[in-house]
Amino acid sequence: MRIRVLVFARLRELLDGGERSLRLPEGASVEDAWDALVAEFPAIAQERRCTRVARNGRLGSFDDGLNDGDELALLPPVGGG
Amino acid sequence: MTEVFSITTESIEPRALEEIVRTGDGGVVTFLGVVRDEANGRRVSGLSYEAFEPMAVREFEAIAREARDRFGDVRIAIVHRIGELSAGEISVAVLASAAHRGTAFDACRYAIDELKRRAPIWKKERYADGGSEWRAGGA
Repeated sequence: MRIRVLVFARLRELLDGGERSLRLPEGASVEDAWDALVAEFPAIAQERRCTRVARNGRLGSFDDGLNDGDELALLPPVGGG
Repeated sequence: MTEVFSITTESIEPRALEEIVRTGDGGVVTFLGVVRDEANGRRVSGLSYEAFEPMAVREFEAIAREARDRFGDVRIAIVHRIGELSAGEISVAVLASAAHRGTAFDACRYAIDELKRRAPIWKKERYADGGSEWRAGGA
């Protein structure tokens, strides 16, 4: 399956861009998507603990399963205001 | 006009948000967040904000619903600016309009506190000495 990954702020800088497409095996989870990104960008590994995830615009968890065409957003700690 | 929830790249005009005020409203509280020229002892030359826009707007709407549930009948406007900002510019405006001031104060305070805590918006401070840093956690 193929998903779209959106990253912001510090993660966007570490991944050298805000949006990318990721090919994953069927049955993959958010955790698997994260691991695939870490394999490509080892510098993000330490961000795992403070990163929240949103699947198709809704907050989710690293355990969530993914479907073809999903949009996965990786959200560092927020700081608006 | 009904309530306003948006992310903008333009400068914020707080008075324009007063369109949400109804004829029966007797109290309007406006909070403006303004870019400071100093943070943790360092001189700040500017800020850049970014947002996950569709989710941020939905979060603003949810926060306003919660404020109504908690404090009663109140109309709310929330506008957050993104992009490059300089010291003195308005980064966020929250307006709460209600029949009485107590509701308006409570709702405005709740909305800005929750926005800072959970809206998917990020801020990078640029310092006069050349460094820069992403800032989290309601700073």
